[in-house]
Amino acid sequence: MKYKDYYQILGVERDADIDAIKKAYRRLAHKYHPDVSKDPAGEEKFKEIADAYQTLKDPEKRAAYDQLGRHQPGQEFQPPPDWGKRFGETGPSFDDVDLADLFAGLAGGRRQAGRHGGSFQMPGQDYEVTAHISLDDACRGTTVDLDLTVPEYDQHGRPHRVQRAFKARIPKGATDGQRLRLRGKGGKGMGGAPDGDLYLNIALHPHALYRVSGHDLYLDLPLTPWEAALGAVVEVPTPSGSVHLKVPPGTHAGQKLRLARRGMPKPGSGEGDLYAIAQIVVPTVLSERERALFKELADGSTFNPRGHFQQEIKA
Amino acid sequence: MKPEQSDVVWLDAHCEYSFAEIVRCSGLKEAELRELVDYGVLSPRDPRGAEWTFGGDVVATIQAARRLHEDLGLDPQALALALTLIGRIHDLEAELRRLRAELPRRSA
Repeated sequence: MKYKDYYQILGVERDADIDAIKKAYRRLAHKYHPDVSKDPAGEEKFKEIADAYQTLKDPEKRAAYDQLGRHQPGQEFQPPPDWGKRFGETGPSFDDVDLADLFAGLAGGRRQAGRHGGSFQMPGQDYEVTAHISLDDACRGTTVDLDLTVPEYDQHGRPHRVQRAFKARIPKGATDGQRLRLRGKGGKGMGGAPDGDLYLNIALHPHALYRVSGHDLYLDLPLTPWEAALGAVVEVPTPSGSVHLKVPPGTHAGQKLRLARRGMPKPGSGEGDLYAIAQIVVPTVLSERERALFKELADGSTFNPRGHFQQEIKA
Repeated sequence: MKPEQSDVVWLDAHCEYSFAEIVRCSGLKEAELRELVDYGVLSPRDPRGAEWTFGGDVVATIQAARRLHEDLGLDPQALALALTLIGRIHDLEAELRRLRAELPRRSA
């Protein structure tokens, strides 16, 4: 079992009173709580902070924790020989036990013993995992393999970690941030209470061409100056196959050209739209001929895109 | 270990949650959950119906309520305020994502 220094995690002295512990927890929780913080490491950090607080706020658990002695954070250690007996933890080994599960288990064991087993009911925990899939898989539907390590408690309330593996079929229609429910695949309920659910959050890998917003897709459409000025028909890729897009004459940079129902499929039926965003691209190296033609255009054209500057410049 | 096969359902407005399921998900008491409905944070499908049901799209809100209640000890009134502000942040983030998607990836 790896040691965690709960006092150090909360940034309090070992003799801190409960008010100081509560204050330290709240200050850190406001900073790292996953619903408040956008720090990607915040969730893991908050879990540590919450585990530390759950143990140190309870006088009995804190006494049990203090009896584990002081070790370096992350160091492998074994509780003192009679520790288990004194604190009601009678598991044969502490090897595969997480410190936080152990202290959660202390409460579970006591609670169960107090109710003489049997009548105590607790619904299973809901689990939440993120499945990272490609945009192509989201459009076609896919199957993902999920491996979870979750805490479970035996009939005496003793904790152990179990591996659970799931195959979940994600139907077509997924997009970034969407959620799926796998009913009854969460933690086991105790005493006949229902099992929890597993929630799957969909996260799409970035795509080389398309940017995603809901079920709509955005695509940069590079155009030559003459295509933009004269109009053109260009071939554009979409998830459901390429299409010919009519670029109207006089298209300007940043203009959105909508391809209805060429975005991502929605759950059930329907599709999002695809927007091609026009960009005017000029060649960085000109051939003699191209230079001559641009020069001729420059000399012959009266077009002035900065006419509206004139008033300011004169003033 | 043989993986468990599982059927999934989209968590959107089409899937239905009973009031009891929402209570279980939230970890709150029934009265506290009714308070969140009163504050307008949660909307049952038929507020005047005998048995409330909810769309699956409220589950993310309910799970946030559970975390904020358990981790920070927020009461229903504070929860309602926090959830309203979190909802506004989510809306603004979605708008930001849409606007960013419109920006060209490389300059022309």
